[in-house]
Amino acid sequence: MLLTQVIVGGLLLGAIYALFSAGLTLIWGMMNFINFAHGEFVMLGMYVALLTVVWLHGGPAGFTLAAAIALGIIGVVIYFGLVRHVLRGPMLAQILSTFGLALLLRYLAFWVFSANVVSLPQTSISGVINFGGIFVPLPHLVAGLAAAALTLALHLLLTRTPMGSRLLAVAEDRNAAMLMGIRPDRMQAIAWGLSAGSAGLAGALMATAYPWSPSVGETFALTAFVVVTLGGFGSVPGAMIAGLLIGLIQALSAYYLGAIYKDVVVYSLFVALLWFRPQGLMGKA
Amino acid sequence: MKWAPVALAAALLVYPLALPDPFYRDVGVTFLLAAISASAWNVIGGYAGQVSVGHGMFFGVGAYAPLLVYNLWGAPPIVGIPLGIVLGLIVAVVVGMPTFRLQGHYFSMATIAVAELIRILVGTWGLVGAAIGLQGPAVGRGWWDLTFRSELPYYYLFLAVLGLLLLIVWQVQRSRFGYYLRAIKSGERAARSLGVPVGRTKLYALMLSAAFTSLAGSLYAIKTGFVDPESGFGLLVSVQMVIIAALGGAGTLFGPLIGALVLIPLQTVTNNWLGGGGTGLTYILYGGIIVLLARFEPGGLHELWRSLRPKLKLPFKERRHAA
Repeated sequence: MLLTQVIVGGLLLGAIYALFSAGLTLIWGMMNFINFAHGEFVMLGMYVALLTVVWLHGGPAGFTLAAAIALGIIGVVIYFGLVRHVLRGPMLAQILSTFGLALLLRYLAFWVFSANVVSLPQTSISGVINFGGIFVPLPHLVAGLAAAALTLALHLLLTRTPMGSRLLAVAEDRNAAMLMGIRPDRMQAIAWGLSAGSAGLAGALMATAYPWSPSVGETFALTAFVVVTLGGFGSVPGAMIAGLLIGLIQALSAYYLGAIYKDVVVYSLFVALLWFRPQGLMGKA
Repeated sequence: MKWAPVALAAALLVYPLALPDPFYRDVGVTFLLAAISASAWNVIGGYAGQVSVGHGMFFGVGAYAPLLVYNLWGAPPIVGIPLGIVLGLIVAVVVGMPTFRLQGHYFSMATIAVAELIRILVGTWGLVGAAIGLQGPAVGRGWWDLTFRSELPYYYLFLAVLGLLLLIVWQVQRSRFGYYLRAIKSGERAARSLGVPVGRTKLYALMLSAAFTSLAGSLYAIKTGFVDPESGFGLLVSVQMVIIAALGGAGTLFGPLIGALVLIPLQTVTNNWLGGGGTGLTYILYGGIIVLLARFEPGGLHELWRSLRPKLKLPFKERRHAA
């Protein structure tokens, strides 16, 4: 019974991993660019949720929406202010730009919010549900299911709408897309908005269920790298499956080996993946 | 311009004698250590363009080895230096072999992940002191323990290591190997098509870089007499090397030296200004500098100087090395 509970918990957290990793993989797929500050976006989403609850007394729908919009705007601003200028630049500039941004955001958060672990005040979603002996806290259940639904929505947005087609066209071939009358610059800005927005959403959802501090960003960024590598770079469905898998592996290794080793197992898996299957489980060689 | 290195060397030689105050000597030693590790990073990150953001793993291995041999067998810490270098080389091969088959970002991601992995493992491993870390000999049992009361011997020891490293980097820069590195940086596929053994060259560069980063870690640990997972393998250890090299000019011989010359005094000043609670602000400063560098002048101060010089109406002489 306990094992089933661990598995369910792992999958629910994994759904949130899938959501923010989908954002990371979208950027990678479109412009061959790794956003090292992606974990910090998730962290900021958590604080936006907290501020919305504390200042505006927003409900769950309110603070998730606020986090998504705020981070979406931040994403677009960062694209126009920083990323656009380094995309054609040397590799060093590409990596340093978002890496420096990650440091800046993380330590600004330390400065503004202090290093204390915080959690969202009691929201309207609380309590524990009993599924025939398996106890699942309601916030975890809602957050996990909402994350899964939103990841699916992102996938549908990319594959079933005209805007999604335009985004994928730019990802496929920038010049050909331009000849079709698509503005790559605008599409890439939208992609950054979507990517950061999904990270903000994931952060707000996670904030309902788990406590956090400004340092969580680094762990989330590394988790997202592992998920994206496992699922194949640029593949949203891959990120979805890999996110669930990583959540499961983490939960099981915390259960069998102890909580400290859950990241050790995941990072070791990452190194093993790079050795044996760098294109990801579902990626093309 | 030709005399600049000579003048710099002379300045570094007389610096601790001209400013005997322990504070200035301490800043000098910190500067030398930062310059050594940034120059070591520069071999792979600058010349070869493979941006490692996890060089703390080599630094940490080098820092732990001398204190580990002291704690386990009571051996003088200096015995641990070769051990640290060998371990650093092993880590370099384990990280480099798989990631160098791929391009660009993979290497950066892998280096962060491996550094973090090692940091967590070391923090839970009792033999190496777990989260508390390791201490060296409090009082030297002889000169061979290298525990000096004065900063002076450390200063000249580190200066000698820096000189040796710069000499090696200079030789690399002039050699066929150095041209391979720069060819890989400016275009891996093009380099391969011209017959450059890309994978092997990158791996050798990483090994050279790892060996000297590990040595820098050993020197740090011997001087400080203490290391814990954060000061050995922490992200900020890695970040400092990157930012110093990039600030001065990644892929140039004296870039890391210039970067350290600017950043270390700056960091000391902000730390003193803001007191002990200022460490967070130091890293905000780091992040800000990195973002501005990436956005406006990825070539660092070296490139800025090259582009400003003609405007300042100074006599312009093109440097001989091919970029």
